[in-house]
Amino acid sequence: MFKVLSKERLAENVVSLLVEAPLIAGKAKPGQFVILRVDEEGERIPLTIVSVDDSRGAIRLIFQEVGRTTMKLGRLKVGGYISDMVGPLGKPTEVRNHGHVVIVGGGVGVAEAYPVAEAFKSAGNRVTAIIGARSKDLLILEDEMRRVCDSLYVCTDDGSKGRRGFVTEVLKELLEGDTPINLVYAIGPAIMMKIVADLTRPYGVHTMVSLNPIMVDGTGMCGACRVTVGGQTRFACVDGPEFDAHMVDFQELMARQRMYLDKEKRALEEYLRRESRIG
Amino acid sequence: MAEGKGSDRFKRTPMRKRPPHERVRDFHEVALGFTEEEALAEAARCLQCPNPTCIPGCPVEIDIKSFIGFIRMGDFDAAIRKIKEKNNLPGICGRVCPQEVQCEEACVLNRRGAPIAIGALERFAADYERSKGLIKAERGESTGMRVAVIGSGPAGLTAAGDLARLGHEVTIFEALHAPGGVLTYGIPEFRLPKSIVRDEIEYVKSLGVKLMTNVIVGRTITLDEIFDMGFQAVFIGTGAGSPKFLYIPGENLNGVYSANEFLTRCNLMKAYLFNGYDTPIYVGRRVAVIGAGNVAMDAARTALRLGAEEVTIVYRRSEAEMPARVEEIRNAEEEGVRFQTLTVPVRLLGEDGWVKRMECMRMRLGEPDETGRRRPIPVEGSNFLLEADMVIVAIGQNPNPTLTRSVEGLAVDREGLIITDENGRTSIPGVWAGGDIVTGEATVISAMGAAKRAAMDIHRYLMEKRKGIALSWIPHGSRLNPDSGE
Repeated sequence: MFKVLSKERLAENVVSLLVEAPLIAGKAKPGQFVILRVDEEGERIPLTIVSVDDSRGAIRLIFQEVGRTTMKLGRLKVGGYISDMVGPLGKPTEVRNHGHVVIVGGGVGVAEAYPVAEAFKSAGNRVTAIIGARSKDLLILEDEMRRVCDSLYVCTDDGSKGRRGFVTEVLKELLEGDTPINLVYAIGPAIMMKIVADLTRPYGVHTMVSLNPIMVDGTGMCGACRVTVGGQTRFACVDGPEFDAHMVDFQELMARQRMYLDKEKRALEEYLRRESRIG
Repeated sequence: MAEGKGSDRFKRTPMRKRPPHERVRDFHEVALGFTEEEALAEAARCLQCPNPTCIPGCPVEIDIKSFIGFIRMGDFDAAIRKIKEKNNLPGICGRVCPQEVQCEEACVLNRRGAPIAIGALERFAADYERSKGLIKAERGESTGMRVAVIGSGPAGLTAAGDLARLGHEVTIFEALHAPGGVLTYGIPEFRLPKSIVRDEIEYVKSLGVKLMTNVIVGRTITLDEIFDMGFQAVFIGTGAGSPKFLYIPGENLNGVYSANEFLTRCNLMKAYLFNGYDTPIYVGRRVAVIGAGNVAMDAARTALRLGAEEVTIVYRRSEAEMPARVEEIRNAEEEGVRFQTLTVPVRLLGEDGWVKRMECMRMRLGEPDETGRRRPIPVEGSNFLLEADMVIVAIGQNPNPTLTRSVEGLAVDREGLIITDENGRTSIPGVWAGGDIVTGEATVISAMGAAKRAAMDIHRYLMEKRKGIALSWIPHGSRLNPDSGE
């Protein structure tokens, strides 16, 4: 059992939990994730370790309430428990001084971009970040990102905060600008990562993405998270989650992410119906 | 009680099974087990040989003659106690051991008729005990020595149980949220009810074994940290556990599963109770299962129970070479699983990202290969299409490298299997290994046998260590495990 130490609602559907997990906290590095099971009936889902609170032996998780599992997580109260959590999983981000790194984070992906931005900054990089959300209310971690980045661009789809438009539009301008870029690191919805990869390819800028396929065990045992990278099948949980963006088959990733769409929808509806009866 | 006489001596008491049309509709157990009368009748056939051949046929050396002797006398308590001297998991072994190639093959009656149904009798004794409440476990006097066991599958549970009984303080580290390894995530409910797995794990815990789930050694903690925590010996029983794929085009289409994923979703995550449980599972109408081992049979029969209309085992050799137990092949046949032998898939074809059909090639059998089975050879120009909106790949597993890669100096072979001597000693002092992580994919009972040998060796080592005797660690290099495939 893993105790929820604090809880914060960052946006309407985005929740941050600080969860006591001393063993995981002691080992976690930027780019790694945990697999958790919220309760006895729960499924196992991966979530990025956003930050570590050494003094409390805890890790911070940020997620968007989109399905049954994340809804259940979002309803946990301070002092409540997550049934199971294991990690840290995946290979840590390879952090070194590249020179100028541009981090692109979309939606709740900003939470995953944050520890990576911080790590690149402490490795001596000049860090530029482009973060975006559908609207102002959904934008998260702006202040935190501003603290760890040399420059920060904010965009919203509806223009309610920062620039109106997509993160990829800003990236395009930066690629065409005078400042050389040594590495682009993108994390967010698969479609956003695909567009980033397509954008940087003609410029020959090395680009990394952190993939988010469906996972079950997270230890290389089941193969649910297999992705095609450079024509080869890789398991995102143990070989990734970070890969060279220009090698990733994003169409396949997006198709695989939709595998249970109808069932997930049904599970959510059923859950909400049950909740409303109880509530 | 009548002594078996004449031709009865050679006729085996059949195990009753639920009728196929009924059992394919649910996940309840298929084989029903012996009644008291059946157990008595079967035990009565036993010759009680002066020099029993069955016992050396058992990887954990259960005193089969004596336990069957007790069943003959109707003393079922004594029978289960006798079994438990050697085996902490009798309800599991009575169900999933391949007795036909072990103790039962070695039974002298096998020469003239049917061997004693030793597995069914073991199961009977175990189920009898469960129905009466488990016999209280006896622990040895505490030695004050601590052993860490990595993995809570058949090997880990056996090593832990034996070491705890000898008075050592044992902690098992398990990566998943539930213990049992393949017994929990792999073998389906209808073949091995999880309530039995749970009870037998409880029994091992009642011996004083501590269990820590959600700990991946090599990730959450390291092997060095385990020693720093004060453990004096470590047993690694992490099993096989990285699924092999065919690496043919289309294998990452939706609707294509590894058997590991399909069975884990169903067994560990209880996806067959979806909506009560949150883990979804997809089931096609026409399912192709690639491979013909026990795991393939489990996957095929699970797909039927989840509502598939047609399930076909696709295998590149013929039925004679199938690695699954004959009993499991028969069960699958009875339930309507089809068999497409001498066939190999060459690519999977999809529509909108979902698998729809499979292009296959016919095979013929050539000369025997290094496994002694006849080698399948593709027949040129024999390609054909098989309709399949779901494909389950069940062609075996590689060892999972998470732990082995995290430990410097741990000797592994080309495939990544840990190299040990016959007692399970690895290249690192104080570290033993046993089960599938040493042998590659094998049976529950062979893993248990290896764990038992390792546990005895760990015990000797710890007792010498406690006396302060200077210990020499015999390196593995000179004596490779004969099973390691090297």
